[in-house]
Formats: sequence, structure tokens, C-alpha cells
Amino acid sequence: MQLVLERRPERSAVIAVASPLIAVALTVVTFAILFAIMGKNPLYALWVYFIEPLTDPFSLQEMAVKATPLVMIAVGLALCYIANVWNIGAEGQFIAGAVCGSWLAVRTNGADVGYWVLPAMLLLGALGGALYALIPAICRVYFGASEILTSLMLVYVANLGMDYLVRGPWRDPAGLNFPTTAAFDPVASVPTLVEGVGRLHAGSIIALVAVMLVAVLLGRTIMGFEIRLVGAAPKAARFSGFSANRLVLFTFAVSGALAGLAGIIEVAGPIGHLDPGVSSGYGFTAIIVAFLGRLNPVGILIAGLFLALTFIGGEGAQISMKVPLDLTKVFQGILLFYVLACDSLIVYRIRLVRTVRKPVHAAA
Amino acid sequence: MLDASSQAGSSRSGPLLSAVSISKRYGDFLANDSIDLDLFPAEIHALLGENGAGKSTLVKVMYGLIQPSGGELRWMGQKIVLAGPSEARSLGIGMVFQHFSLFEHLTVAENVALGLPPTDSFAAISERLEETARVYGLPLDPKREVWRLSVGERQRIEIVRALMQNPKLLILDEPTAVLTPQEADQLFVVLERLKSEGRGILYISHKLEEVKRLCDTATILRLGKKVATCNPRQETAASLARMMVGAEIGEVKAAFGRTASIPRLVIHKLSLEPDDPHGTHLKEISLEVCGGEILGIAGVAGNGQDELFAALSGERLSAGEGNIVIDGSAAGLRDINERRRMGAAFVPEERLGHGCAPRMKLSENALLTGHAASGMVKRGFINKLVALAHVDRTTKSFDVRKAKRDPEAVSLSGGNLQKFVVGREILREPGILIVSQPTWGVDAGAAAVIRQALIDLAARGTAVLVISQDLDELAEIADRIAVMFHGKLSTPLEAAAATREKLGLLMGGASAAKEDGEHEAKYAVGA
Repeated sequence: MQLVLERRPERSAVIAVASPLIAVALTVVTFAILFAIMGKNPLYALWVYFIEPLTDPFSLQEMAVKATPLVMIAVGLALCYIANVWNIGAEGQFIAGAVCGSWLAVRTNGADVGYWVLPAMLLLGALGGALYALIPAICRVYFGASEILTSLMLVYVANLGMDYLVRGPWRDPAGLNFPTTAAFDPVASVPTLVEGVGRLHAGSIIALVAVMLVAVLLGRTIMGFEIRLVGAAPKAARFSGFSANRLVLFTFAVSGALAGLAGIIEVAGPIGHLDPGVSSGYGFTAIIVAFLGRLNPVGILIAGLFLALTFIGGEGAQISMKVPLDLTKVFQGILLFYVLACDSLIVYRIRLVRTVRKPVHAAA
Repeated sequence: MLDASSQAGSSRSGPLLSAVSISKRYGDFLANDSIDLDLFPAEIHALLGENGAGKSTLVKVMYGLIQPSGGELRWMGQKIVLAGPSEARSLGIGMVFQHFSLFEHLTVAENVALGLPPTDSFAAISERLEETARVYGLPLDPKREVWRLSVGERQRIEIVRALMQNPKLLILDEPTAVLTPQEADQLFVVLERLKSEGRGILYISHKLEEVKRLCDTATILRLGKKVATCNPRQETAASLARMMVGAEIGEVKAAFGRTASIPRLVIHKLSLEPDDPHGTHLKEISLEVCGGEILGIAGVAGNGQDELFAALSGERLSAGEGNIVIDGSAAGLRDINERRRMGAAFVPEERLGHGCAPRMKLSENALLTGHAASGMVKRGFINKLVALAHVDRTTKSFDVRKAKRDPEAVSLSGGNLQKFVVGREILREPGILIVSQPTWGVDAGAAAVIRQALIDLAARGTAVLVISQDLDELAEIADRIAVMFHGKLSTPLEAAAATREKLGLLMGGASAAKEDGEHEAKYAVGA
């Protein structure tokens, strides 16, 4: 008896929808086992992680706050991944956007300036992210460098660059030597949506608009067709007259712009100043969000909210169960693993076979 | 060194290998349905059938590459279970595949040694290789690297490699598909000799004339079932075809009164370096194709046809804009979509992956070539209804059979997808159509539809350029035929004057060798 992975005659539409759900279920089971091994009550842990945050209006707002950068970055990354372009450096583009937008906030800090500051900051953030993303894209197109490596390595460059700025030239003079800029002025901050409680801010609306725009781009326009075709059948795309190189530049620029925009929104919104800890790994977590959402904008919206839930739940568990916050990262890692594994079930099926012989593919 | 004949004598009465009620199921699809087949010593047995009839599946079962779902194999009367090809080889079954498994950067001897058990020294293997090649008249230089060899020579390596194991039964999968007529004749001499030594040969083909000439017995498969076993010499090509297809095949009617007008496609001294190291260098190709004419380009695969198609379609740009002229306008530096807007249309050889995106719907595949020059895209937005209407028109005009209105391309059978790919371009009424291998791997019914459509298109004034390896096809539809060899194009011959012998010599490089001294003398037979 033996398990074999057998190619399906056609892609299974049922599994295509069910695969992320199966992955989530498997992750939850694995996670519960992990808690049991750690000597914690698994059912209570799951309740703390996944149910408790949903019962509290403050937590619900926090979910949206966390989901906003994740969704914005992930819809941009989806464009790349659909086109078979591998932007792994959204984290760096997020930081580049945060830094570029913050420049204006730092420059105008304390000065009496108009309401144009925030829109200009958002524009600068998107531009900074896009330009930073174009570095690996250009290296790939003109020098054949692997964009996976270069985009990833540029994350560390961005991180250290930002570190330098907030410890050096941009440090708040009244900040007791902490590595942070001064708090942004109200005109340089993203407004909150609910008076009084919570941090829900206007950036969430921008994220929703981004989801809609990307959905229209992918589904209705020739550009979206080009992205899908280059990813699915590169030779056919060339026959269709599309240039793969141009698309590398385009998808990197768009995803970089969205990541940069997410970065400046995060800094000018919930955080309110630039410091070395602005990101907490959104650019990497967004990769999981993109795949969990099946590279589909609406799916990404749902996946982003789910991952945000694990962040909030993880913080709750840290307080009430005394487990490390890193457990959330473990959860996300296991989740990505199962998502990718379950995706193979769309094209393959598992079958139990009686004979133990393997066909050998070799000619004399 | 070859002792098959002695054993063959003793087992003359019984079959070497018998397939008894062999079935093979893939999911819901029955590739082989209870097939019986007996292969005798000293017999050339043809396995006939259209693409998808189950020929390859059956021989893979007989060579141990796949396990049957039902039935059994008997070797000289004994029931056997083949766990893999090495077991089949040790019994005495050899196979020559249609697609060679050779390492391009290794020499002939190294390739052969890799496939043999590592018991002999490399020197001994090289010696035996030369000996076997000489005895059977299959000239091969053991020290030559494979990438320098022609397709015919590569096939010789595979044959010699199989013969060095002294097989009692040799299976050949469509061996002549890649050969010139002359090379095929040489192969037949070798096969006759193997037969006279008492070996059994299973010869897979769909070329009926060849089978009639060479084979003693023929088994015909259709849709996974055995239709008949007969003596092909007592059948006509038409009766064999009827058994293969299960119906009469419509004759392609030439449209009379078709006259060539002015040249619509002009290729002028087109030279192009290949973009990969094993590609073919195009050398000063010049050609004129007139409106109303079908011009055929023959040649053995790998002589620059792919590179020519890429240069004509605009997937690769030429050196100068005057190298390619479409309807009087220089197009050498225009990209593929600009050429489409100038009225050109293209059908590449590879249906899935090049002409179509396999996992995309037909409407999206209509968009694939239609987005540049049709109403399918307005201000960057796709008009899905227009694309779908194009699919419907293609479906209707070309009888494309499919399960639903807009399925994924990969779900269509080869013939139906090819009808779609060709029809998609013809319905745009192009001024120029360039099509590569229009009926490759397509059932006879679909092939007839496609060839008729090409003739009708030419009759409406389009210049049609057909690149094909199938000489019968070119003879059927082309007005003039030119031959590609080593990146050069011969002067076109009028179809009436283009006999198989003349074309065969050109395909082997007869006239090209005169100008091209660097190529081996053994190819320069006609020079």
C-alpha cells in the first residue's frame, strides 16, 4: 500500500475554494497540539486567540488597524506573484515609504502649515516605496539579478537607513535621547474614524479602495490580462506581444507604491511618529496574506483580517496565558506551510495504491 | 556477436511477446481497452492509429514503463510482470523513442555508455558501438558531441544503443517522423536486415504508405480499442485510413481559378543570429509570397523553421526594417502587434503554451491574439462579450467541439484546439497568414477542415505561408514549396515539379552543401 499524488484531469474548482479553509483547519489543529505539549489548555488557547478579540469593540477596531497595512501590501504583492515576479522585499518598501513621507512631517513639524501636508506625505510615501521597489526590478531586467535575493536584501538596507535617521538627524530634541522623531502634528496625521475609543483610521478606507482598484485591474483590464498571461504562459505572452520585462517594472512599482503608502499611513496614523519599530514585520506577513487569500483581492481582504486576528489574539494570550508573542509568528509560519501544501491538491489528488512499484522514466 | 537468430529459429512457431486483454485506465479515461496483440519473430508488425488512439500507452506497457490496469503480458508463452524498462531490456525488448533521451553536451559514446550496465570499460563500449554501427550500416562517430548531430544521426544513436543489447524484439515509436525520405529509406534497409536475423519489430506509425511497404502485419487501434489485425499489403491506403478513423475522410478540394497576384509578404536577405546557443542561424533568407498563393516551407525539424517563424511574427525583430515587408510597408522592426495591425496573422507550432495559454478560457485566448487589432479592448478595458462572440463564431465556422461555451484551452482535444487556434486567426480575414505545422498531431478529420480553410483563405486573396514537416500536406495544399536546411532557404519549386526525391535531397542539404563547405562531407551527397 502506498500513497501517491496523482494529477487530476482538470483543476478542482471545489478544492480551489476549500484549500485555504483546509489549511486554516490543519493549522488550528497543529496549534492546539502545540499548546497541549506546552501544558496549556488547547481549547482555552484557541478561544483566547480566535474568539475573544471578536467580542470586544476595541479589539475589533484594532483588527482593522492591523489588517490595513497587511491588505494594502498583500494586494500589491498579489500582482507580482500572479505575474511570476517575486517581490519578497515589501518590508523594505514599507519602510522606504514611511521614511519618505516622514521627511515632510519632520520638516514641517511645529510650523503652521496647511492641510496639504498629509496628502503630500501619502504621495511621497507611495513614490518612495515605488522607487525603492524599482531597484531590484531594474537589477533583474538589465542585469539578470534574482529579484528574490535583491529585494530581500534591500529590506535590511532600508531598516538600517531608517535606524540611522531616527537616531541621528531626525531624532526628537525633546525626546530624552530615545530613537524617535517628534510626534507628528495633527495636519500631518491620518484622522481616526470613531470619536473617543479606538484607533480605527482613514487608512482603512484607502486599503478598501486599493482592494477594489486591484480587483478591477486584474479582472477587467488588458493590463490585468497581461499580468495573468505572463505568469501563466510566458511564451504565449510573448506571442501576444507583451513584454515580460516591462511587467517586472510595472508590478514592482505598483506593489512598492502600495507598500510605501501602507508604511506612511501606519506612521502617520496609529503610531504618530517614526521609530525603528514601526513595521513589526507587516511586509513579510503580507506574503502569507497574499497566498492565504489565493492572490485574489477579496480573498486577501478576508485573509488580512484573519491574520490581524492572530496578532490581537497573540497579544491577548501573552497577557492572559503567559505565552511568548513569538508564538504568533510560529502560527503564521505553520499557516503558510499548510496553505502552500494544500494548493497542490487543486491540481493533484491523493490516492491509495496497492502495488508498490514505481514507474521508471528512463530510456535505455 | 548477435545470436538472436538461433533462438528465433526454435521459437518460430509461437509469439515472442503477447499482450492479452491489456487495459489501462487513467481516471475515467480508458486509454487501452482489452487489447490483444501477438508479436512474432522475424516479423515487422505495424501499430497503426491516430493520435490519442492508445498506441503509446500500449507500447509503454510492453516496455514496462507503465503498469496495465488489467490483462497480462506473455514473453515466449510465459506470463511476465515488467517492473520497469530494465527488466524489459534484460528479457530482450529494446525500444527507440520518438523523443530522444540524449545529453547534448556528451559525445555519442558517452551517451551510449550511460545507458548500458556499468560492467564494461568505456573503451570496450566505444569499440562495440563502432562495430555495431558498421555492421548495420549506421555511420556514427563515437567522439562527436550530440548537439552537433542532425536529428537522423541522433536517431541512429538510439537505434545502435538498443541494438547493442541484442534485443529479440525492437519497438520503434514513429521513427520516420523526423527523417527525410532518403533517411527513411536507409532506416528501412536496417529494419529489413534486423527482420532477416529473426528479430521481431513493432513499428508504430500513422504513415500508411510506409506501413504498406515495410510491414508484414498491421494492428489498428482506434479510441483505445483494437479495430483489426490485417496484412497491410492486401489493403489500400484508403481502407487502412478508414479503419483508423472509423469514417471516410473528406477530400480537400483545391479552389480552382485561384491566381497569385502581387507579392504581399516579402522577405529580403533576412539574417539572424540565434538567441540560444543550440538555435539555428538564419542566413540571407529571401522569399516572396503573393496574394492568393500558398507557399510551403519543408524541411527536417531544427533547421531554422522556429527561428524563421519568430522573425516573421515579430517575436524577434530583424536587423533592418526592410528585411520583412508586409503589403508594401517595411515591418522588420515592428513588433508582433504592429504586424497584426498591418493585417498579418500567425499560428505557431505549439498549440498549448505558445498559441494558447493552457489554463485560460477560450475567450481569453481569443483576446491573446485579438487584443491589438479588434474591438475586444476599449480604453484599456476588456469587452468580454466581443471576445466571447469571437469564440462563438470560431466554434461555428470550424466545428470546434467542446463541453461548454467557454472552457479552458487545455480541456479541448488536440484537433479541436488546433481548429480553434487556426480559426481564431482566419476569422480576422488577415492579408497574410503564417502558420507552422498546421495539422501536427491532429486527427484526420480536423486536418482536412484546417487544410480546406487555408485553401479557401488563399482563394480570397490572402498570402499564406505554411511551414510543415509533412510533405504529403504540402503536396496537397501548396502552390510552391521551398526547403529549409541549416538556416538557409532554397529557391521555391512549383508544386508540380517538387517531387519527393527533389525535396528529399534539398532537405538533406544537397544544394546548400555546395556553398557551405563547413558541413560534413557525408551530407554533401548531391553536391
